Amino acid sequence: MVERYVMSIDQGTTSTRCILFDHRGRLVTVAQREHRQFFPQPGWVEHDASEIWRNLERIVPEALSGVGIDVGQITAIGIANQRETTVLWDRRTGAPVCRAIVWQDVRTAQLVEDLGRSPGDAFFLDRCCLPPSTYFSAPRLRWLFDHVDGLEQRARDGEVLFGTVESWVIWNLTGGADGGLHITDATNASRTMLMNIRTLTWDPELLEFFGVPSAMLPEIRPSIETYGQARSVLPGVPITAALGDQQAALFGQTCFSPGEAKCTYGTGSFLVMNTGTDLVRSRHGLLTTVAYKIADQPTVYALEGPIAVTGSLVQWFRDRLGLISSAPEIETLALTVEDNGGCYIVPAFSGLFAPHWRSDARGVIVGLTSYITKGHLARAVLEATGWQTREVVDAMNADSALAMKELKVDGGMTSDNLLMQFLADVLDLPVVRPLVAETVSLGAAYAAGLAAGFWPDLEVLRRNWHRAAQWMPDMDPERREWEYECWKRAVERSLGWIRPSGPA
Amino acid sequence: MAGPVQSIERAAAILRLLAGGPRRLGLGEVASSLGLAKGTAHGILRTLQHVDFVEQDEATGKYQLGAALLHLGTSYLDVNELRSRSINWADALAARSGEAVRLGTPLEGKVLVVHHVFRPDDTLQTLDVGTLLPLHACSLGKVLLAFGAEPVEPLVDAGLEEYTRHTLVRSEDLSRALVEVRELGWGAEVQEMAMGEAGVAAPIRGHGGLVVGAIGVSGPVERICDTKGRPQPALITLLREAARAISRDLGAARW
Repeated sequence: MVERYVMSIDQGTTSTRCILFDHRGRLVTVAQREHRQFFPQPGWVEHDASEIWRNLERIVPEALSGVGIDVGQITAIGIANQRETTVLWDRRTGAPVCRAIVWQDVRTAQLVEDLGRSPGDAFFLDRCCLPPSTYFSAPRLRWLFDHVDGLEQRARDGEVLFGTVESWVIWNLTGGADGGLHITDATNASRTMLMNIRTLTWDPELLEFFGVPSAMLPEIRPSIETYGQARSVLPGVPITAALGDQQAALFGQTCFSPGEAKCTYGTGSFLVMNTGTDLVRSRHGLLTTVAYKIADQPTVYALEGPIAVTGSLVQWFRDRLGLISSAPEIETLALTVEDNGGCYIVPAFSGLFAPHWRSDARGVIVGLTSYITKGHLARAVLEATGWQTREVVDAMNADSALAMKELKVDGGMTSDNLLMQFLADVLDLPVVRPLVAETVSLGAAYAAGLAAGFWPDLEVLRRNWHRAAQWMPDMDPERREWEYECWKRAVERSLGWIRPSGPA
Repeated sequence: MAGPVQSIERAAAILRLLAGGPRRLGLGEVASSLGLAKGTAHGILRTLQHVDFVEQDEATGKYQLGAALLHLGTSYLDVNELRSRSINWADALAARSGEAVRLGTPLEGKVLVVHHVFRPDDTLQTLDVGTLLPLHACSLGKVLLAFGAEPVEPLVDAGLEEYTRHTLVRSEDLSRALVEVRELGWGAEVQEMAMGEAGVAAPIRGHGGLVVGAIGVSGPVERICDTKGRPQPALITLLREAARAISRDLGAARW
């Protein structure tokens, strides 16, 4: 019998990866290619959507030829993608009309500040459960209409299409200008600020407010159902799932029950908790988002706490301060001392995300004395990730009736043993790492395989999940509370640093 | 015995020249000082740069001694770096073998466990990263000893502790076992540290083939070994594939 596989395409912020999984959910082959990051001005981050598509055209055959697998052996394609990044392209030529504006881009800061004053946060929270932030897509669309001549009119005339990255990929895979499917999934649409979180349809009031013509918008589809067959790259293979990367990781960690949560530790970190079919509106600074929607089954929602700077603080420590030569060495340096020596680092490099949402915050290092060594600073760098997670977990527990019992973790920083132990210590929860670290890709594959009947149900997927490591809390409760108080005081000192306007 | 290797003599001369003064030297200066063709000197300098013995200034292109030379006596690969670079391969090995996986490096006459992946059956297990194991009584340690990552003599001088009746406590027996590890390219421990337990391990190599650590699979003897008490060949294949993959990742060319 010929072995069959599911292919996941993970279109991420720095690279595009293509991974094949076998029936037992084991990784068979990986092909990957990075794309360029454009920084045309401070705070601006752009991608070339054409380059991303070209990379995908290259890595898919690479992945197959590496292990001698034929296109015919692929049961289905699942897509996971960087979220909120905004792509606009010409319906007839298929060419992007401008560079894609990436989720990290803060060019809409002024616009967002104005939105917070009028019409105010409530207008948005009521409809899409997102507070105005530079993080989401709709302010970017408005910005483009205001800054690119004739763009708004072309969009009204139906010449220009909008999408997040999965829309762009699916449109190209299914034929592009020659009849490509213009669709998005509910998880990605839930990050645009344009979708009504309850109905999963484009919200007329939000569209009118941002001046977005519906002619340019993709159709919102469930995350998991057969969309159609690919016509290029993998001709004939059905595309059966699309999920935002963090939702894909939640799925890959098999967090299918209410109260199950995972945190992915990368450049930033994203804690997502399944809240079931209940739409939980956060009162503590979290985002309500769509976890996944399987065909015509009820929508599953999630609470999400995005943390902007975690792994990138270690990168900063390496590249800007030069105190270590590789990221894992942060642990070696931190282990040269017993504790943080009273030093705390709040990495509010471009403000703070969840649960604070303060764009006026900037990074601080507090508690400096002549006693402090680079070892203490290394501790403070790792501890910042631990405490930021604690703040989000506290918000989750306050918002949801479901208290977290353990935290499933994934991502590059989970190889840092000291950090994982510290996490367990400050959360007072077991921290668990699964055997397959590539949870984003695995989640996309699981979703696609589920829709295609490659796997029968969620229970089978759950049985594929295995614990690779577990860290148990081991910290004196009094010390934990004392340290947390210190951290909170450090956060207070980071707030309000940015004033409305600098000197002329 | 063959005569001295010319390129190594020349490399040594270049290092002595660079060590001779505080000033950085350009390619031309190195070549003319030693009477070498520029192309020859450049080839040697690039190789020395590759192993971090020499550094090149980005702005001027001039050469100086590399930081790695200052740390020659200590392990050149950070153990946390080793864990980070091995994690995906170690996970895959645990998934395919169905057994627990550990990575070890030498530390003060013991094996330091630097990474541990649970046996993927979701039973209660405790992370033992940071644990020290006896070099002569576990497969990780035997591999480290066999490939020179840790000297054998001090261990033998201090006396080989007996953990079970299968522990190799006589130095002749240990020496013979290490010869076998070198011949096979992997090592085993069958009920030598604890009755009922067995393990197999293979070397992880860095630049130039230097052994920087070992990766091993361990579990109940009846699962690790066949009915004759020999490690299962299929397990050895998976183990060696993982060890080779990590070694390639760390820059070992041939493995």
